[in-house]
Amino acid sequence: MGNFIIAKIIARSVLSRFATRLYPFEKRAPYAATRGHIENEISRCIMCGICQKKCPTHAITVVRAERNWAIEPMKCIQCGECVTACPVKCLSMANTYSAASPTKETILLHQETPPPKPGAAKQEA
Amino acid sequence: MGTRTIIPFGPQHPVLPEPIHLDLVLEDEKVVEALPSVGFVHRGLERLAEVKDFHELVYVAERICGICSFIHGQGYCQGVETLLNIEVPARAKYLRTIWAELSRIHSHILWLGLFADAFGFESLFMHCWRVREKIVDIIEATAGGRVIFGSCKVGGARRDIPNDVLKGIKAELTTIEAEYNELKPTFLHDNSVKRRTVGIGTLSKEQAYALGAVGPTLRGSGVASDLRTLGYAAYKDLQWEPVVEHGGDCYSRTVVRVREVTMSFDLIRQAIDKIPEGPVDVKVTGNPTGEFFSRLEQPRGEVVYYVKGNNTKFLERFRIRTPTFANIAPLVVMLKGCELPDVPVIVLTIDPCISCTER
Repeated sequence: MGNFIIAKIIARSVLSRFATRLYPFEKRAPYAATRGHIENEISRCIMCGICQKKCPTHAITVVRAERNWAIEPMKCIQCGECVTACPVKCLSMANTYSAASPTKETILLHQETPPPKPGAAKQEA
Repeated sequence: MGTRTIIPFGPQHPVLPEPIHLDLVLEDEKVVEALPSVGFVHRGLERLAEVKDFHELVYVAERICGICSFIHGQGYCQGVETLLNIEVPARAKYLRTIWAELSRIHSHILWLGLFADAFGFESLFMHCWRVREKIVDIIEATAGGRVIFGSCKVGGARRDIPNDVLKGIKAELTTIEAEYNELKPTFLHDNSVKRRTVGIGTLSKEQAYALGAVGPTLRGSGVASDLRTLGYAAYKDLQWEPVVEHGGDCYSRTVVRVREVTMSFDLIRQAIDKIPEGPVDVKVTGNPTGEFFSRLEQPRGEVVYYVKGNNTKFLERFRIRTPTFANIAPLVVMLKGCELPDVPVIVLTIDPCISCTER
């Protein structure tokens, strides 16, 4: 029993540094494992569409004929199913959060030239 | 007999993080009757089982609640794994235990902060959340998300925690526990806290049992019921005993949670010491058939997952009985006869999670 038992902690808090950071001037370094947002190295993408099929929230759209790969960041739940399923590993999970946005935008990546087929390099050699 | 008035409490109220509405029938300042109503945040998540296949439904289950998300995912996975006759690798079971206990610590410390806030102890609230932040950091560093773990899947765990990271967590937990131990005496012995909690919202052992209370509400009334004794995940290999208090009042329920945090620290340390090497998942083939009730202990109490499969990739029925739903009936009894200023304190002692309740 006692009164104002928390006094010791409060006294120490007054004399010590802030427990919080001066965000946005001081930012915490992201953890390596943090599931931030999906990135696609589009030049290596084979437009197979497996990521679209695996995505539980239907955030990814692949239009093979136009060589377009699109993701809606507001729909994405950063589960990483697409990263695991990607056969050429061009998809990766970046550990920084995507920026806040007042609108629901779609990130569209267009591929100019298809990547060389795995067997092509061998044949040339 | 004084004049009877009806005061609406909620769905918007400073102490309520989530919407529950109570019609309080008062005689002067005394509550004669409390009539609860829920349904403000119903999202129809159980219906999603018909359009999401059983692998994807883990993400839905995790999003039932933002605080005990991991145990929701775990409950669902355990149910489906039983239907598929899958034995989860031992390492995955230990990882699930570690994440579940981290989830329990962060939930309980969050609750302790909110509870302090309910009786106007703002500085205690801030210090509780300061300590909780470090647990959330560990969760983010291991699972990748602060509150949504995304680490449980049908067949095991989605990711492993390397052994050196586990050792680091063990060392970090010692520091966090020391900080937490500094906060404990305020909850347990401070006069200003005890004046708001001792003898308030009393629920007897018989009432708690008869009304189907679960979790700390039940254990605070002297019933030693903790679903972890069933031995799911790795709990059968760890040394622990359910935390029980006999007062049945708000103070006892607080003490149960205060002691459970310490027990969770110990359980994580034991799990880290005993975790075996090996794979963290197994290949899942086939579709679930049959029906199963999966029961687990969440920070708030017993959660029941009912899964029914019909040999397709979509479950036929997916039903969840969450702890707050079970604790609403005891809450109504606790509120009878209390003073109006004690209502927020009593409501918070069941740790209401209305998103869970309404799914």
